Amino acid sequence: MKISRRAFVRDGVTAFTVGFAAPAFLNDIARAQGARSRNLVVVYLSGGNDALSTIVPYQDPFYYSRRPAIAIPPGQVLQIGSDSGGRTLGLHPRLTGLRTIFNEGRLAIVQRTGYANSSRSHFQGVDIWGTADPRSPTGLGWLGRYLDTLPSPVDPLAGWNATRDTPRALVARTVGVPAIPDVRLYSLSSPNTPAEAARERAAATEMTSYAPADRPHLALVNGSALSALSTLDRVAVVGTYAPTVTYPNNGFALALRTVAGSIVRGIGTRVYWVSTGGFDTHAGQGVAGGGAYATLMSTFGDGLAAFYADLRNQGLLNDTLILQFSEFGRRISENGSEGTDHGAGGVMMAIGGSVRGGLYGTAASLDPSPSNPLLENNGADIRFETDFRAVYARVLEGWLGTNSTSILGGNFLANAPAII
Amino acid sequence: MADSELVAHLMRRGGFGATPADVARFEAAPVSAVVDYLVDYDRVPDDVDSKIGQSAYVGVTAGAGAFSPDTNIEHARQRWLFRMVHSQRPLQEKMALFWHNHFATAYSKIAGAVGSVHGTKMMALTRGALPGPPGQIELLREYALDSFQTLLFEIARDPAMVVWLDGRTNFRARPQENFAREIMELFTWGVGNYTEQDVYAAARVFTGWNLSARQGPANNNDPGAYYQFFYNPNQHDASAKRFSFQIYPGGDKTIPARPAADGLRDGMDLIAALAGHPETAKRLARKLWGFFISEMESPDPRFVDAVAGAYLANDTRMKPVIRYIFGSPWMLDAARRWTRYAWPAEYVARAIREVGWTGLSVDSARTPLTNMGQTLFEPPDVAGWSLGTGWISTGAMLARMNWAATLASNQRFNLSRAAAAARRTPDDFMGFFLGRLTPAPIDSVPYDALMAYLAGGASWPASDADLVAKSAGLAKLLVGSSEYQFI
Repeated sequence: MKISRRAFVRDGVTAFTVGFAAPAFLNDIARAQGARSRNLVVVYLSGGNDALSTIVPYQDPFYYSRRPAIAIPPGQVLQIGSDSGGRTLGLHPRLTGLRTIFNEGRLAIVQRTGYANSSRSHFQGVDIWGTADPRSPTGLGWLGRYLDTLPSPVDPLAGWNATRDTPRALVARTVGVPAIPDVRLYSLSSPNTPAEAARERAAATEMTSYAPADRPHLALVNGSALSALSTLDRVAVVGTYAPTVTYPNNGFALALRTVAGSIVRGIGTRVYWVSTGGFDTHAGQGVAGGGAYATLMSTFGDGLAAFYADLRNQGLLNDTLILQFSEFGRRISENGSEGTDHGAGGVMMAIGGSVRGGLYGTAASLDPSPSNPLLENNGADIRFETDFRAVYARVLEGWLGTNSTSILGGNFLANAPAII
Repeated sequence: MADSELVAHLMRRGGFGATPADVARFEAAPVSAVVDYLVDYDRVPDDVDSKIGQSAYVGVTAGAGAFSPDTNIEHARQRWLFRMVHSQRPLQEKMALFWHNHFATAYSKIAGAVGSVHGTKMMALTRGALPGPPGQIELLREYALDSFQTLLFEIARDPAMVVWLDGRTNFRARPQENFAREIMELFTWGVGNYTEQDVYAAARVFTGWNLSARQGPANNNDPGAYYQFFYNPNQHDASAKRFSFQIYPGGDKTIPARPAADGLRDGMDLIAALAGHPETAKRLARKLWGFFISEMESPDPRFVDAVAGAYLANDTRMKPVIRYIFGSPWMLDAARRWTRYAWPAEYVARAIREVGWTGLSVDSARTPLTNMGQTLFEPPDVAGWSLGTGWISTGAMLARMNWAATLASNQRFNLSRAAAAARRTPDDFMGFFLGRLTPAPIDSVPYDALMAYLAGGASWPASDADLVAKSAGLAKLLVGSSEYQFI
């Protein structure tokens, strides 16, 4: 068996290829790296989730005075008690599944997560959360740096991106994380007979095994193509997964269903990336607990509830940690379009069999007085309380069992919420 | 003098690849002849749409009913692909693609707001085909090489953009920041040049920039009804707006209070200030570097200075800027060939042009393009597509390889007829295909793999059956190769 690995970095671009490796061998790698061991499922709410509509401070009078149209009526929220600051909170009425998980003590809610001088730009925000570096959000991602710590050669399926574009967080030096938005499309077609198709595939595999040092960009494309060719057969196995529950019929839930299939089939993936969008709610968020935002919450909550139930039925809840984030929270006061503009502090959630559920951090008073220290931007936005890197650090140390200081470029454990 | 390789390079960068006729026409001509052909496209009639449906061109698929690219978005996507494959004004389509990514507007939100007929009209209506203003993509085509300031002003009033960035709810009492933020962050000078307070002030500048519906409610799928830009002085914040940067040539940072009836001038003043700012010139120069010159090295500061200088010296007009770029030493440097990742639409159009289209419908590329990550009229967000290596993922590479298989399968009889004269040896056969298809140079390792493929399971001279199978297989491998993914 021939293994050749070369990695190149140029202009921040990483090129990586593995020489031809048979699927059976990759399964060996997967087993060696701990198939059916712990995995992390990152859920990204794209667009900047309005945390105040997810976790509702329904006893704060300023919540209602600053959001006359879009505030969720107190009678509709799903009560989840009070935080350590004594503020009473409720989940969005569509998050019934998550309330059940919360009551089971397996949902941790970390309020007011973010970082100093929060970027109001989606793109910069995504890069900051992806790199875990607010000062220089370029280069490798925080999960990519984790994958780079795995024993070499890293299994191409150590990371699994269920969206089409590779997120910054998964950009790694040693491995190109495959994008598998739909397992049914993750296959290779041919204009010819099966025998000829096999010759084509062999030729394509040989061609893409080529990693010329003087043509790093060609090597990078070859690396992606070869990753695809060498993972096709294993991914196809996931496509046959029959879940134990019925998932909602939308892209987010179907991606979670695929992730469940991968976990159940023991592919050996450590980090999954799933996303659902539409959270850039500048307009028409909806009133009286309904409307567009409620639809977003149904997609989010119902999908996760199905995934959670499926994993529990499979006895895999203790192997799985779900971590949710968004690039920022939104403005406290609604705008003239029954929407909210870009804000600062947001909310993170963790779900799983090993999660210590509950409310972490404290809700801010929404009193718009400029002297309110819990707000920023002249009382317009929520000031962060928990650095998002502290949550990352807890996940890296407590779940993935690795040193967070080297990955995050600093020790953020001191104030990390004890969610696991 | 341009040699055939340089002609091909300029036609890949300025269009969707060179045809044999292009090479014959410009080979041994001065470089300026190719550049003028590309840039001065207004000398050539814009008649590509009239060829849709003619047998000599790639087909389109209408489904049930007539082909309706002004009111049906799937048909509009096919029309644009058709233009990329067949336009005699390739740079116009290329620049439209550049601007589509720059002013990235997604049909789905528009259609969600105003319905599919009006959503398609707002994105793609050709001027005069139906009542109403031209669609955004037609605006981008018309103003492709016009002044950027003019284009920005047109875009700010473009109905699709007004819906896309929520201008319809930008009211005096409750300004809406979406367009105000993006015009600075993405459309002009970029993060780092302005403050949050500037965003709020800019939102007030654009209060009252709205749409009005004409001839009916205009969300009833009546193709005769339409929306048009409407400035509503009653919703305009007429007070002064102070910025952290210079708005007027004298250095004044404040857009003065003026009667609401004149409030449109607020936006014109801000747009003029942003379009004419040296930071905008530099940011556009850097984007043009990535689009036209190279994605494999960061922009040469001398290029950025030269292009930004040309932009400012020409009152933000793009035509002299693009002409300068195409004749510049950076474009002509042979070392920078094949240094740009092909966008999926570019890849598909070039593949069709090279492999062939008799009996093919561009509709066959529609779903594959989505799988490659580029649905036309549907960028992922207002920042546009993730370019360069952003196109390259395992799933996207499978989609590219599979599109190559689809195209090769569709064209296998045409290809094998054309290749019949080269059936004697694998070397002849390979020579024929490398003359027709244009991957970046193939080194010996992948070349040997291709030769081994030709030898596998076939005897040479090739039988009729082998001729068809190997023509399809080799075309698939070449078009699906990593080498082919660069322009």
